[in-house]
Amino acid sequence: MSALTVVYALLFYFAAAVLVLGVAYRVWLYARTPAPLKIPVTPAPLTPAGVAVRLAKEVVFFASLFRGNKWTWLFGWVFHFALLLVLLRHLRYFQEPVWTWVALIQPFGKYAAYGMVAGLVGLWARRFLVDRVRYISAPSDHLMLALLLAIALSGLAMKYFFHTDIVALKAFFLGLLRFDLQPLPADGMLLVHLTLVALLMIIFPFSKLLHAPGLFFAPTRNQVDNPREKRHLAPWAAQLEAGGREAPTSS
Amino acid sequence: MADFEVPELKEELEIPPVHKGVTSHLKPFVADAQFQEPLGYPGELVENWQEVAINKMGELLGKYRSLRVFLDICVKCGACTDKCHYYLGTTDGNNMPVARQDLMRRVYRRYFTLAGKYFPKLVGAVDLTKEVLDQWYSYYHQCSQCRRCSVFCPYGIDTAEISMAAREILDSVGVGQKYCNEIIGKVIKIGNNLGLPQPALADTLEGLEEEVKMDTGVDVRFPLDEKGAEVLLVTPSADFFAEPHVDGLIGYAKVFHQAGISWTLSSYASEAANFGMFIGSYENMRRLALRIREAALDLGVKRIVFGECGHAWRVAYAFLNTLAGPFDFLDPKYPVPQHICEVTYDLIKRGALKLDPSANDHRRVTFHDSCNVARATRMGDFPGGQFVIPREILRSVCNHFYDMPPEASYDATFCCGGGGGLLTDDLIELRVKGALPRMQALKHVVEEYGVTHLVAICAICKSQFSKVMPYYGFEMDQILSLHQLVGDALVFEAQA
Repeated sequence: MSALTVVYALLFYFAAAVLVLGVAYRVWLYARTPAPLKIPVTPAPLTPAGVAVRLAKEVVFFASLFRGNKWTWLFGWVFHFALLLVLLRHLRYFQEPVWTWVALIQPFGKYAAYGMVAGLVGLWARRFLVDRVRYISAPSDHLMLALLLAIALSGLAMKYFFHTDIVALKAFFLGLLRFDLQPLPADGMLLVHLTLVALLMIIFPFSKLLHAPGLFFAPTRNQVDNPREKRHLAPWAAQLEAGGREAPTSS
Repeated sequence: MADFEVPELKEELEIPPVHKGVTSHLKPFVADAQFQEPLGYPGELVENWQEVAINKMGELLGKYRSLRVFLDICVKCGACTDKCHYYLGTTDGNNMPVARQDLMRRVYRRYFTLAGKYFPKLVGAVDLTKEVLDQWYSYYHQCSQCRRCSVFCPYGIDTAEISMAAREILDSVGVGQKYCNEIIGKVIKIGNNLGLPQPALADTLEGLEEEVKMDTGVDVRFPLDEKGAEVLLVTPSADFFAEPHVDGLIGYAKVFHQAGISWTLSSYASEAANFGMFIGSYENMRRLALRIREAALDLGVKRIVFGECGHAWRVAYAFLNTLAGPFDFLDPKYPVPQHICEVTYDLIKRGALKLDPSANDHRRVTFHDSCNVARATRMGDFPGGQFVIPREILRSVCNHFYDMPPEASYDATFCCGGGGGLLTDDLIELRVKGALPRMQALKHVVEEYGVTHLVAICAICKSQFSKVMPYYGFEMDQILSLHQLVGDALVFEAQA
């Protein structure tokens, strides 16, 4: 087994562990932190089902962003849905046999890479061209776009110019899943692509990419609008009440 | 008239280019020890303020999910950057909601995240220096906590939550804001923001009874501390004195009178406003809210009704049950609490009020959705009732009603410019500039429909508009209370 294979195998085990444990830790933190007051931005749904619809609209259509800024919405939505298609298309490298629906989206997934690039370029252009967005951009905001763009471009480069042994690559990843190491093709562009992807996985739980799980925990969007009907009391507020001199006279 | 440049009203609202630090000089007066200590805060900047501030931030991160999540997840997409009335009016970059949040987010990253600890430059993390603290004081008092930015944020990040936390941290190190903290102290000591004691209040109400009797010939009562009344009315204390607020109070009294509902004010809980919210203090907010519970128990009322006030309705509608509930001792047939608009609307629908809208024919009105009512509360039993109910009342009492453009109304409404504890003369420049988007929308309906009056249901909005409208070429008396129009349209049979 070559050193290269071992290094990349370890890198991906490490990256996957950081991604999963890191995100799980943040989600646990979010879930455990109480929201002591009812703060849904109104008009808000009156039922949990309504909240599910509200969140679904945000996740699927980026509804609020659409109201906020049409260009950012366009670039952002195209990027995210292209990314989703690309990710789903990549499932084929982790399964044998390949599920039918994964096989079916293959032709669309190929073009989605262009959508990713277009969306990212548009988003990045805004960071330079719109003075307000330029003002709020930190180096990490530019680097995140650079990283994603490099991942998309290195993927496209492999597709058209620097082909790799895709069968061997699949064997490598299936091997990782089965803890049975298989040799990784030593192609430059592939190694660039894989390194960047691993980097993205490692950065995820420490960066603004937490917007993905975080969206579901925003009390402004995930709370039911029923404060008059149902008393909402956080554990620390209940404690305050129990210990407070001015505690209410009836229970 | 002003020692600063008043923004010009153009054809339509323009998004200005960013300027750095042009309103960094705006800071409200800092509270003395006498205003800090009654609220449980140090009287001056404590020696180890940096440590205290970071510890406080850590505590708040553990107590408020909103703060923890919002500081983590902003992607700097920029959707909020042109949504804040203070940015639009001042052009200061730090008044863009994301930039305002970043003042705290940078510190959060430095002390609470791996990325900020090891790569501060990369992620824009900074130490909490005195300079940063001063910036916080300035720019977290240039946020009226109106939540307009959150409407357009893909993740619902609410800058109000961040500015409340920032003010709580500032208070905890001894740098509180005089205006808010002095007022909270007055409510704790006396019962209302104005510091109006029971005898003075009784006097004022008696005067109102005489005034209404003279105007209409009807014996409309303004009861105070009357045990056994059905309704406890809790209203902003500005309603007792200020114009046009007091005309609103007269309107509520006329509604109760004609509907035959017995009601009372309480001298102990003679304030609907709860500035504890503005400073982000759960404890102080609760202290004020409990007074209302105590008054309701003491007077033995069956219902609690709130007068016209935006943030007060937020604390009442969304927080009162949490802070001072449960209200199982009240009549379960009614929501606790109710908004005076809900009461009036129900009466109108039942045909219990005799109204003559032609009494308001000399007025062509538009309606200002107050930020807290619009984006943090509801009226009635359906989402959006907070928009429908006041408008339905207006249409019932006035023949000429025109809405302002949709990008400046409903849940996209612009703050009056004086909300969030900023309604103080030491911030007049900010208040005038922050009113720009609303004035622009008003100009539109004035030119388009000949609108003569702006109607509001918030004490802060009313005070703010009567102060700032003259800067934009309007008259200070072009702002009215909604219930003034109701009161004027009510027809009383037994008029002498």
